Amino acid sequence: MSLKQFLQRLLLALPTLFGVSLVVFFLMRVVPGDPIAMMTPPGATEADVAQLRALYGLDKPIITQYVIWLGALFQGDLGTSISLRQDVFSLILERMPATLELAFLSTMIAIALCLILSLAGAYFRDRIIPRAVDAIASTAQAVPDFLWGLIFILLLGVAWPLFPISGRINPRLDHDLVSQFYLFESLIKLDFSLALELLRHLLLPAIALALPMTGIVTRLLKVSLEETWKQDYITMARARGFSRWYILRKEALRNALIPTVTLGGVQLTFLLGGTVLIEKLFSYPGIGNMAIGAVIQRDLPLIQGLILTFAVMFIVINLLIDLSYSWLNPRMRHG
Amino acid sequence: MNILNLISRSMGALLVLICISLPTQAADDDTLTIAYNVNLPSWDPTVGLSAVNPTIQSIYKSVFDQYIDQNPDLSFKPGLLTDWSWSDDKTSISMTLRENAFWHDGTPVTVEDVMWSLERAGNPDTGNPIQFIWGKVGEMTADGNTITAQMAGYDPSLFPWMAFLTGYILPKNYFEKVGAEGFEKAPMGSGPYMLDAFERDGFVRLKRFDQYWGDAPAFETVIFKFVTDASSRVAEIESGSSDITIEVPYEQFDRLAAVDGINGVSTPVSDIGMIFLNDIEVMEDANVRKAAAHAINKPVIVDRLLRGYGVPIDTLQAPEYMAYDDSIKVAYDPELASELLAKSGYSKDNPAKFKIQTTRGFKPKDYEMVQAIVGMWRKIGIEAEIEVYEIAKHYELRASDTLAPAAFYNWGNSIGDPSTSTGFAMFGPSPHSTWDTEDVDGMIGPLWGEADEAKRIDGYKKVDAYIAENAYVIPLLQYVQPILHREGISVTPHVANFVLPQLVTKQ
Repeated sequence: MSLKQFLQRLLLALPTLFGVSLVVFFLMRVVPGDPIAMMTPPGATEADVAQLRALYGLDKPIITQYVIWLGALFQGDLGTSISLRQDVFSLILERMPATLELAFLSTMIAIALCLILSLAGAYFRDRIIPRAVDAIASTAQAVPDFLWGLIFILLLGVAWPLFPISGRINPRLDHDLVSQFYLFESLIKLDFSLALELLRHLLLPAIALALPMTGIVTRLLKVSLEETWKQDYITMARARGFSRWYILRKEALRNALIPTVTLGGVQLTFLLGGTVLIEKLFSYPGIGNMAIGAVIQRDLPLIQGLILTFAVMFIVINLLIDLSYSWLNPRMRHG
Repeated sequence: MNILNLISRSMGALLVLICISLPTQAADDDTLTIAYNVNLPSWDPTVGLSAVNPTIQSIYKSVFDQYIDQNPDLSFKPGLLTDWSWSDDKTSISMTLRENAFWHDGTPVTVEDVMWSLERAGNPDTGNPIQFIWGKVGEMTADGNTITAQMAGYDPSLFPWMAFLTGYILPKNYFEKVGAEGFEKAPMGSGPYMLDAFERDGFVRLKRFDQYWGDAPAFETVIFKFVTDASSRVAEIESGSSDITIEVPYEQFDRLAAVDGINGVSTPVSDIGMIFLNDIEVMEDANVRKAAAHAINKPVIVDRLLRGYGVPIDTLQAPEYMAYDDSIKVAYDPELASELLAKSGYSKDNPAKFKIQTTRGFKPKDYEMVQAIVGMWRKIGIEAEIEVYEIAKHYELRASDTLAPAAFYNWGNSIGDPSTSTGFAMFGPSPHSTWDTEDVDGMIGPLWGEADEAKRIDGYKKVDAYIAENAYVIPLLQYVQPILHREGISVTPHVANFVLPQLVTKQ
């Protein structure tokens, strides 16, 4: 992808984001549930309710509210959360690193498992292992992430309590981390005991999120590897006496990855969506958990900000996927 | 493929490292960990949505002091105020601040703090949802530790509200110095615990405040872990990760309370399950309303659906409330219910039809209870259609008085005052009432400002009897709060549904 194409893709993202903002804003105002009604105390008069409504800018026509919100958005102001009474942008910035770290670790785990399983499945052809790989992949795919989460909690949190089952960090620990990227910062500072502690909290939710993605991508990659194995250049490599393992890793894998990356990109967006339930289940303080609270409280500015954030993340992921094609396939780089 | 190899090997090494690392959450006798069912959205207990959320008050009450406090049985006791009273002519109030109270930075709590807190609460611009009460407090003067305030009108619920939602005293100088945003980041109170660490939606860690004016709490450190999923809270207590948890399903409560090392306590709390009736459609027919009320077998619902964790009630007053009258009964009598329906021409062949709305999973067995009730109604000739909605929708419909003819809801009233149960739930002009008729409004109206307390309480008892007689609302049960805790500690349950670390002791 050339720089020009990249910039074109970026420009195309703007109308997408505008559309998302429009749909979200109007949708949130027609779905049932009024945040002001939820915070109206007993004994409040109609004037009190009107005053509260005016305080949060909900007394104006919806179009006017949208124009005001959009104007503020262009200045980087996502509004003030009704339930948390803080700047939405700051709240999202504060919590997003936790979700990004979880999603990053999940993706890394999924990639590692996919590679191990699919390479093993392709390497040990006509033996028991490919069948076992298929069974593992099918099971990983068939069970939803939240159910994996529950299974892990019961097995590794309760029956055999090896891992913490809630939160992001041990509440008893003091730390001097300055950013919200706890894991990355602790690694940069070479504080490995803290990093390990953070990883112990991250591992179960990360694996629960990674497994469904692992299942579906493993199956595709394994099939793709098998198809690639029939290509002429692979036959040539075998004729030259390279080992099966060498050919799989050095010759077949890169080409087999091209269709897999497309599917992996789509699955990555599902993985991000899955953080909502997984974060709730593991009481993990990311933007997914925050989104549930915002919806329950009908915190309109926060919901709008969070959905826009998810939309931006999806767009960025799709861009990265496109960029990865060029890396994987040189013909696309020069095409 | 070097990057992919690196990822695979790193992940493998990581798994090995994590698996061989030792658990870090060792038991600590001086730390109390509570797996709590809600997050803490805001640290200011006097403004915004969270200020009127009863479930958060346990955390607020650990860090901040209220003007007036409550014992576990709901009776009132001194908080930061040691004395409080209305003048004989009911035009002013007098409040005395205790002398040995300190903020968490060691500075004393002063009358200026009290007056500023009341003024701020009464200022409509600050967003205090209970401004309609605090706004009645007028000009204040101080003489030593005694404050006298002129009142815009007599309100017998003023002092009870000082122990209720938003009734907290905040530090004037500190708040003005750091501002609202600064206070959110570093809140300061005068309560038994001070903030040590806070991770939004993660946990709050509190340290015992050594200069606290009251009895020193048993635990040096208290951690509230925000575990909003009920199954995760069960896992927290079962795995030993937390010492206490609340709001677990009753089935799990029974199971875990029988497990070695875990104990359970339960107590009826100030939360009522009820069916709001709206004065529309068939509900305008007294026979239909009364039949609907008499057809519900509340003890069976409590025993079979709630496993006995509930107290059947027939008025909006729980036994712990000021105006509870045990003589008010609405008997379970399906034959009488059928007769009443027949008088209006309804039968099983020609049933009275209406819609009943309910939440599903918002309160324990809410939907299942409504299903059971609809089954009981069907047997006498009432055909009710169930509509499930979210709690946010309920609030919206109730505020606009557009609820269905019947709607299941729960009503909390932790100060036990009849004005905050029957009063606000049944008085037509209140945004929270559903039944709006002049007869009830005419009975409740004069009680708002009734200066004679005995007469006021008696008046509410008469209103409750009248409401029960006419079936303007169907009270169902008083909820029971299940609390699970590890062995070795003792938890005193609070009827206001609080889990206060200061009420937890070591055995």
